[in-house]
Amino acid sequence: MDPTLTPIGWFLWTLLYVLIVLMGVMISLAFLLWGDRKVWAGVQMRKGPNVVGPFGLFQSFADFIKFFVKEVIIPSSADKFVFLLAPLISFTLAFGAWAVIPFAPGWVVSNINVGVLYLFAISSLGVYGIIMGGWASNSKYPFLGALRSAAQMVSYEVSIGFVIITVILLAGTMNLTGIVEAQNGGIWHWNFLGGGGLKNLPLVVIMVPMTVIFFISFLAETNRPPFDLPEAESELVAGYQVEYSSTPYLLFMIGEYANIVLMCALINLLFLGGWHAPWPEGFTAGWPDLARNFYFLLIFIIKIVFMFFMVAMAKAIVPRYRYDQLMRLGWKVFLPISLVSVVVVAAWRVFVTGAV
Amino acid sequence: MIQALAFYVMAAVTVLAALAVVGARNPVHSVLFLITAFFSAAGLFVLLGAEFLAMLLVVVYVGAVAVLFLFVVMMLDIDFAKLKAGFAQYLPIGGLVGGILATEMILVALAVGREGAAAKNALPDANAGGASNIEAIGQVLYTDYSYFFEAAGLILLVAMIGAIVLTLRHKPHVKRQDIGAQVARTPKKGMEVVQIKPGSGVEL
Repeated sequence: MDPTLTPIGWFLWTLLYVLIVLMGVMISLAFLLWGDRKVWAGVQMRKGPNVVGPFGLFQSFADFIKFFVKEVIIPSSADKFVFLLAPLISFTLAFGAWAVIPFAPGWVVSNINVGVLYLFAISSLGVYGIIMGGWASNSKYPFLGALRSAAQMVSYEVSIGFVIITVILLAGTMNLTGIVEAQNGGIWHWNFLGGGGLKNLPLVVIMVPMTVIFFISFLAETNRPPFDLPEAESELVAGYQVEYSSTPYLLFMIGEYANIVLMCALINLLFLGGWHAPWPEGFTAGWPDLARNFYFLLIFIIKIVFMFFMVAMAKAIVPRYRYDQLMRLGWKVFLPISLVSVVVVAAWRVFVTGAV
Repeated sequence: MIQALAFYVMAAVTVLAALAVVGARNPVHSVLFLITAFFSAAGLFVLLGAEFLAMLLVVVYVGAVAVLFLFVVMMLDIDFAKLKAGFAQYLPIGGLVGGILATEMILVALAVGREGAAAKNALPDANAGGASNIEAIGQVLYTDYSYFFEAAGLILLVAMIGAIVLTLRHKPHVKRQDIGAQVARTPKKGMEVVQIKPGSGVEL
């Protein structure tokens, strides 16, 4: 009998999966963080971190140790329990979301039917870490930051939701593996070009803007520059993080970066073909499954790194939005466009490609 | 075994968190407990096989409604002494309503325990006929109940328009950003070249 079918075997097997994903994400975060700072430095014609290890590669680990051994300072008037709970929530949610991300065919911790919806739900919970942290600090700047982020994240979730619906309509499933499999067969099958091959190509006028809207909305959703108003250092010092130090701050920061990388993975899965390469992949048919999966994993990682590079460039070259501009963009530009797109894509599915 | 364990843990958390919503002294803590209760209720939905409803509960109630609750409650300036002073005066009516609700729920639970769910049979399978419950819900919602679905949408639309009408005020002296006008602005429109005679001022 398959040992993974007994309760204890299933538990250990899942635990192993979870540990592999967790450690993989954590270690790649360390290097992505370094890459983020290098890109930022490059744009500003600085050198960036270059002291610890070759090319400064181990800078993140040095920072990690530094944060870890510092003293945890809790403001005397803070709500102590909520104050410490907030970074834990941020961190846990950011990593909990990775449970449904498929890295290669079959390489997923939990292959649930509502994978997209699960990710959407978890990312909508992410706002709690920030609100709770800002409120529990019992201080003015963190509170202002928390209020800003609450309004910002709720606003951009709406357009993200509609954009995701267009992809679900094209793929006909909410399972992330299913969505990626629907984009199999070369770049012209990817959802940002309409999905479903050449007959869906006219949808490119809808899906390319959808991809761009998703990208911009996820920058707002993860509080990345140019939408980093909750932690705008020139206005709010560091927003909701002002009172945090040492490990709680580290948890916030890792959670934030895990969320950014998660969104990079999600935009790949939804629009850019997931683990499929732009060229037809018939030549891998004869390979053993393991080699094939590693090939897919490699493609997927390259795409994530590319998206992360785009995010880092956006941070480096785009000036910060003003708050009313942010709200205008979310509610008056993205929301109507994505709403109309949902209707158009749904009509296309019914009248052109035929009902499911 | 794991399912039973998960059920008891999540049911206990739901009940305790719901009690804490009422019992917590700080209203912000109350909302946080409410969120916990919603979240573990979503977990119970997953155990029933209704994963779509679970995710919707989290997206709609936890992700949006409760955020706004928290938003409002955090900004309230509450005098706790005053709040506590009026507490006992509502005890009889509150106790009455609570007692009626508790009796009803116990009766329903007993009836279901003895006779099974509504149609006198066991709990229907959430994934009956091989369709996932998203497909099942969609097929019923947009065919049999499409009228009710649209009516509900219309009511929400009216509520939204009502809220906007109640709060929208045009302030005459506020300068608003008009992005179209900004983008359409040319050097010709924004700039004027004036020849000034020496010794005289300039009038703009």
